[in-house]
Amino acid sequence: MEAKLLMSILLGSILVNNYVLSQFLGICPFLGVSKKLNQAVGMGVAVIFVMLVATAVTWPIQKFVLDTMGLEYMQTIIFILVIAALVQFTEIVLKKFIPALHKSLGVYLPLITTNCAVLGVTINNITDGYNFVQSLVSSLGCGLGFLLAMVLFSGVRSRIDETKIPKFLRGLPVTLIAASFMSMSFFGFAGIVENLLK
Amino acid sequence: MNEILIAFLVVVAVAFIAGVLLTVASHFFHVDEDEKVKELRECLPGVNCGACGYTGCDDYAAALAQGNVKTNLCIPGADSVAADIARVLGVEAEDVIEKVAVVHCNGTCEATSKRAIYEGVDSCRAASMIYGGPDACTYGCLGCGDCASVCPVQAICLMDGIARVDRRICIGCGLCVKTCPKGIITLVPSVKTVVNLCSNRDKGAVARKVCTNACIACKKCEKACPNEAIKVVDNLAVIDYDKCIDCGACVEGCPTHCLKRI
Repeated sequence: MEAKLLMSILLGSILVNNYVLSQFLGICPFLGVSKKLNQAVGMGVAVIFVMLVATAVTWPIQKFVLDTMGLEYMQTIIFILVIAALVQFTEIVLKKFIPALHKSLGVYLPLITTNCAVLGVTINNITDGYNFVQSLVSSLGCGLGFLLAMVLFSGVRSRIDETKIPKFLRGLPVTLIAASFMSMSFFGFAGIVENLLK
Repeated sequence: MNEILIAFLVVVAVAFIAGVLLTVASHFFHVDEDEKVKELRECLPGVNCGACGYTGCDDYAAALAQGNVKTNLCIPGADSVAADIARVLGVEAEDVIEKVAVVHCNGTCEATSKRAIYEGVDSCRAASMIYGGPDACTYGCLGCGDCASVCPVQAICLMDGIARVDRRICIGCGLCVKTCPKGIITLVPSVKTVVNLCSNRDKGAVARKVCTNACIACKKCEKACPNEAIKVVDNLAVIDYDKCIDCGACVEGCPTHCLKRI
């Protein structure tokens, strides 16, 4: 039963509640870094990494510090503070011990320190009442969903670049229209996961 | 009052712990960056054009620091950067031969014509794949501006259907040279002003038919040159810039005015 629940959380957060395309969080990196496939993948992997680490730290803070002291209303500010410090810390550690990983993730890590998608994941895990393992699985799913959206969209954008587009739509306008089409197509996934794992 | 105080203290405590953690981490996990690389990197212009043959200014600086790399590879930075690099490395400075890009085509809208109407992707690379492009002259500039779009300093503009390089802005990085599908852009020493603005290698009469500005390989320039710097190879006048003294004798003799001072 537990495995089934985790599976439905994972698939649900990848497809149905995709952070970029259904909840419209993290649009900034989605539009900014999706021009090239390798950059999009780098950003996606960095987001997965940061989401997992952030959840692993903020969940205990919420449960053992904020909840016990009755300070639930300080959630946002504490989470921002903790995530920002944490990402900086991981960056320093990566630079020292795994320079190769730092080189490939390094550019993207500071960009997503307090990205709204990362903050959104950590807060949503609390409001959805997930336990620790479920939170981690949900973060992994959200990160994978972000990666999926980035990769798919970088493909769409490379096609857009080669097409003749009316002058008034060139650049960001046509990108936003394409993003909205993709978002609509993702609504097709609604309800799939529940029925899949019945 | 008490509640506010507790909330305040919790935030301060978290911030304090995070701050201490980061300070300690940056102290203990400090990675020594090579001072020399940093200093060299500051000498370089930072446009990441790749003219030096490395993937960017950072890469070139790292290679310089390791040694056995020439100090005069940065063409945009010219002599002053080469001198700075030499100062940092403590070696003797070498002169940079500054170069600028030249589009070897003078097939303006009046001089040449189209043999087809092209309505495809707005790119020279795509246009040239269809029977060498829509222009009557298959050697000439297609005018879709692939070179202009890769130029890091916007030195190339499209005028009269052909790409033109602004020599004052061009930094000589050579990105356009690599991009042009017709291969008609070359780098020329910036002190030399005489160029052949034609790339047509067909025989004189054929070339003349498709473009009134074409090089017809009449060899008048060969005879006019006092230094034997210009040679007609494959029906096209080619200037050897090592020998050229920039006198302009060939320009005066050229009947189609494809040799020009620019």
